Amino acid sequence: MSSAMYQRMRANPKFQELVSRRGRFAWTLAFTVLVIFYGFVMVVAFNPALLGQPIAEGSMITVGVTLGLFMFVFFWILTAVYVRRANTEFDALTSEIVQDAKAATAAAASGKGAA
Amino acid sequence: MPRLLAALFALAAPALALAGGAIDGQTEKQPLNVHAIVMFLLFVALTMGITYWAANRTKSAADYYTAGGGITGFQNGMAIAGDYMSAATLLGLTAMTYTQGFDGYMYMIAFFVGWPIILFLMAERLRNLGKFTFADITSYRLDQGKVRTMAAISSLTVVCFYLIAQMVGAGQLIKLLFGLDYAIAVVAVGALMMVYVIFGGMIATTWVQIIKAGMLLTGGTIVMLLAFSQFGFSYTALVERATSIHKLGFKLMAPGPLLKDPVNAVSLALGLMFGTAGLPHILMRFFTVNDAKEARKSVLYASGFVGYFFNVIFLMGLCAVLIVGQDPQFFEGGTVGGKLIGGGNMVAMHLAKAVGGNMMLGFLAAVAFATILAVVSGLALAGASAVSHDLYARVIKKGKASEESEIRVSKIATIVLGMVAIVLGILFEKQNVAFMVGLAFGVAAAANFPVLILSMYWKGLTTRGALAGGYGGLLSAVAFVVFSKSVWVTVLGNPAAIFPYDQPALFAMPVAFVLAIVVSKLSATSTAAKAEIEAFEDQYVRAQTGFGASGASKH
Repeated sequence: MSSAMYQRMRANPKFQELVSRRGRFAWTLAFTVLVIFYGFVMVVAFNPALLGQPIAEGSMITVGVTLGLFMFVFFWILTAVYVRRANTEFDALTSEIVQDAKAATAAAASGKGAA
Repeated sequence: MPRLLAALFALAAPALALAGGAIDGQTEKQPLNVHAIVMFLLFVALTMGITYWAANRTKSAADYYTAGGGITGFQNGMAIAGDYMSAATLLGLTAMTYTQGFDGYMYMIAFFVGWPIILFLMAERLRNLGKFTFADITSYRLDQGKVRTMAAISSLTVVCFYLIAQMVGAGQLIKLLFGLDYAIAVVAVGALMMVYVIFGGMIATTWVQIIKAGMLLTGGTIVMLLAFSQFGFSYTALVERATSIHKLGFKLMAPGPLLKDPVNAVSLALGLMFGTAGLPHILMRFFTVNDAKEARKSVLYASGFVGYFFNVIFLMGLCAVLIVGQDPQFFEGGTVGGKLIGGGNMVAMHLAKAVGGNMMLGFLAAVAFATILAVVSGLALAGASAVSHDLYARVIKKGKASEESEIRVSKIATIVLGMVAIVLGILFEKQNVAFMVGLAFGVAAAANFPVLILSMYWKGLTTRGALAGGYGGLLSAVAFVVFSKSVWVTVLGNPAAIFPYDQPALFAMPVAFVLAIVVSKLSATSTAAKAEIEAFEDQYVRAQTGFGASGASKH
């Protein structure tokens, strides 16, 4: 029964759309975070002095602290962006897919009853 | 290495051990701290009331393991943040900033960055596939008995080592902050933990964690604001003055010894990121919310709180350079620049006293105790669930256990775990337990995480592949830690380490992935494996849509 439901959902073109749209979005964000963070780790490993430099002559604000704060804020914004899109657009698409499958199952059952 | 230091490292994450030379501490029993004890007793009274309330609402297995799935995203975000921010986060990282400046900040960034990744790649699939334990997911389409046994073994390994480390840390810390005997402190933590978990299940455990997270955020923020106000809330003034008196000078704001070696740095980052994503008590939190929507919100709130608090700690550490570092009352014998009273990790406590008097000191000490209690409760519940839900209900009874008997087994398991934790906590008083947290994170990253992520993402995973990857990751993580400096040299007294790095993740994780993939490929032709691969299709649809997932209402 539920396997038939899953099969119907999988056959729905909307399901492919959901998977590819959300997958692309999630991986893009994950990739962004990983590249920035491991880029930062590489700077720490190979050019640590750079991070101790002030951002401007005589300033007390250093490059490292600026980058660090940027990561905290930017990565958190990315999580907010993902949650917002997933909780609206992707969840709406998901519930459409489930509804479609339920309707198709009901139609198949009544069709069988008529025959 | 002094014991408090070891204990605090143990409380935090393995990586703190990297900064070992940077902080020095000494465990001495301090005079009885009345403010702290009164405030802690208030916390205990409040949480006992909650446990009583929770006990009346804990009827079914779902109530017991996952609070009936009725925790909101915001509440769960607080609880996850609470699980993540231990006493060592507050004490160890403030101390690290105080002595090493920017190194503390870097460590916190590495500690933070796993959360967005968990959200993007795991959170909703965890929620859609899991029910009570993460083994629900790994065994979804594989051989229940074998895969759950493996998951339970690695979960219990993680929980036990983490629990012992926490207990030893708790004893040392409470001796220091409250002036209580080590053994009394360990027994008190163990006993309170058992009461919360046995009577209140996940509902009480979650609320204890939420209250503690609230206390930690509030206490930290107040101390930071009071301290920062002395510099007119000017970051420039703060840094200018701090770097002018600190012995590192302006180098305080540049990377120091923490991440010097790129291999260690990457291994540390991997271990923190994927170890977090493999800790059973953290994973379990994703099953306490109603649906994927709330699971995502949980991560948003949790990472917001964690990120905010790390920045608070950074400012606290910098303020402490000036406020604590120049005040003779905090140094032994009154020699500024000498040894801090109570050891290096007392920086946050001294800062609280300097800016808020004994009242603030007492509050922060009570927060530290509450923090340990909340974290061990979460761990104990996760360990007990592995025994009752995975081993008893699914492996031994093959899914035919009644809910009552399953909950009963879980409560018995909690008592056993609590006893073991108390006894080993007392036995290990004088041992260096820093390696135990390294082991816990290493096993979580190398045994739990690879099988979990492959089971969700790769259709080709078979039972044999999962077993090979899981056991391979477990054994290699243990072996790398045993042969590393923290055990081979520090504990076993050998002259030189066989494995030259502190962090096993970079090496043990590939072992697990390669074994899981290769063995899966080799076993893919058997009939059982073909059925398992075929079953991925349905699992995949459920992971993506959440259809058929267990929700707040019972199915």
